[in-house]
Amino acid sequence: MISEALAQGDSMIHRLDPCVRVVCAFGVSFALALSEQFGVLGLYLVFALVLVALASLGAGPVLKRLKPVLLFVLMIWVILPFTHEGEPLLRLGPLTMTRPGVELCLRITIKSVSILMVFIALLATMTVATLGQALHRLRVPDKLVFLLLMTYRYIAVIQEEYQRLLRAARFRGFVPGTNLHSYRTYAYLAGMLFVRASLRAQRVHNAMLCRGFNGTFRSLDSPLSNRLNPVFMTGVSALTLVLVVTELLWK
Amino acid sequence: MHISEGVLSGPVMMAGAALAVAGTAVGLKKIDYDRIVHVAILSSAFFVASLIHVNLGPSSVHLILNGVVGLLLGWAAFPAIVVALFLQAVFFQYGGITALGVNAVIMALPAVICYYLFSPFLNKGKKTVFAASFLAGAGSVFFSCLVLGFALYLTEKSFFEVSLLVVTANLPVMIIEGIVTGFCVTFFHKVYPEILPRPRGRSNP
Repeated sequence: MISEALAQGDSMIHRLDPCVRVVCAFGVSFALALSEQFGVLGLYLVFALVLVALASLGAGPVLKRLKPVLLFVLMIWVILPFTHEGEPLLRLGPLTMTRPGVELCLRITIKSVSILMVFIALLATMTVATLGQALHRLRVPDKLVFLLLMTYRYIAVIQEEYQRLLRAARFRGFVPGTNLHSYRTYAYLAGMLFVRASLRAQRVHNAMLCRGFNGTFRSLDSPLSNRLNPVFMTGVSALTLVLVVTELLWK
Repeated sequence: MHISEGVLSGPVMMAGAALAVAGTAVGLKKIDYDRIVHVAILSSAFFVASLIHVNLGPSSVHLILNGVVGLLLGWAAFPAIVVALFLQAVFFQYGGITALGVNAVIMALPAVICYYLFSPFLNKGKKTVFAASFLAGAGSVFFSCLVLGFALYLTEKSFFEVSLLVVTANLPVMIIEGIVTGFCVTFFHKVYPEILPRPRGRSNP
């Protein structure tokens, strides 16, 4: 169900320090989300494409991951141009496409696709374990990092429990439909997941206490030293700064 | 149910992020290190349960169950939901970084509200428990839709139709969530009541 296939590569981006990647992804995403001018947004789109290329990810896996957002974009193109008020652009029978509506859709499309490409290029190219350690070094609260890593660790286990419960239900002839019986069955399945999760948590916690867990978060990773780190950081910051200034001066 | 990247205006995005940080901070403060493993593994269960699809006529919808998480964890549901949403973003690209704050508020705030509204009824008779948890399940989806619609409306007045569409399209989801949450909590009552929050008055983690 969960694959971290993109994290396996060995590109320039993969070899960078995870902290550098997290900081860059954060900065670029927010700068992008706050831009409005089409010229600047176009440049961001190119920027995002360059980052994806630098991570040497194939078009196939990237498109697959963009599928949810592409569906969303399709949905807004069907609704917004026709419901937005403003200067009409095109009449299709009883419907009128308005210029501000189309502009809004175009802006949202470029922004959402570019932000997700930046996310895929910089963050999806590392495992959550690495990401957690990077967040820890960036002073994200210990408890939050701990929650993130523990949740990540147990998702696969709980997923397996769910498959087991579902298989057992199917063996007993469960065929899902739109009826109360099906909803009740799913409710009991989900309930059992929570019950088992809670019981498992007690065992895990006891085992951790036996091994001397005292609440401190330890991380064994040592940051990769790579001469590209400062270069990449400076390059991305400078480019983002130029784009932000252009955006501000455009008006 | 979430808002995609690139939709929200700057002020709405920032307000969402600020609220999410505040809620997460309160939640983290309420979790001590004896409970943190419990919260983390329930958060994994929430992640997996939200991938369960149930039939709805010819189509299907996925469960949300933020009501159940709220009833089980109280304020701790906030960081648990934030973490699960972040992992969804990493694994499936359901959203990215900039909308995470608003999406966290959409999911987690109703969960906490439902905890305060309905958890006092969880140690009553069977029918009361079912009714309270039905309302918690349906109510948290309803509140989520309201917050989502409100965030869209604040961004752009012309999103009003979209917001209305979101609420109406989610009416069947509210009913399903209510039924599933109702059965789920009565199930806890039968097989493992310790998982439910203890009555108020005694210390409530």
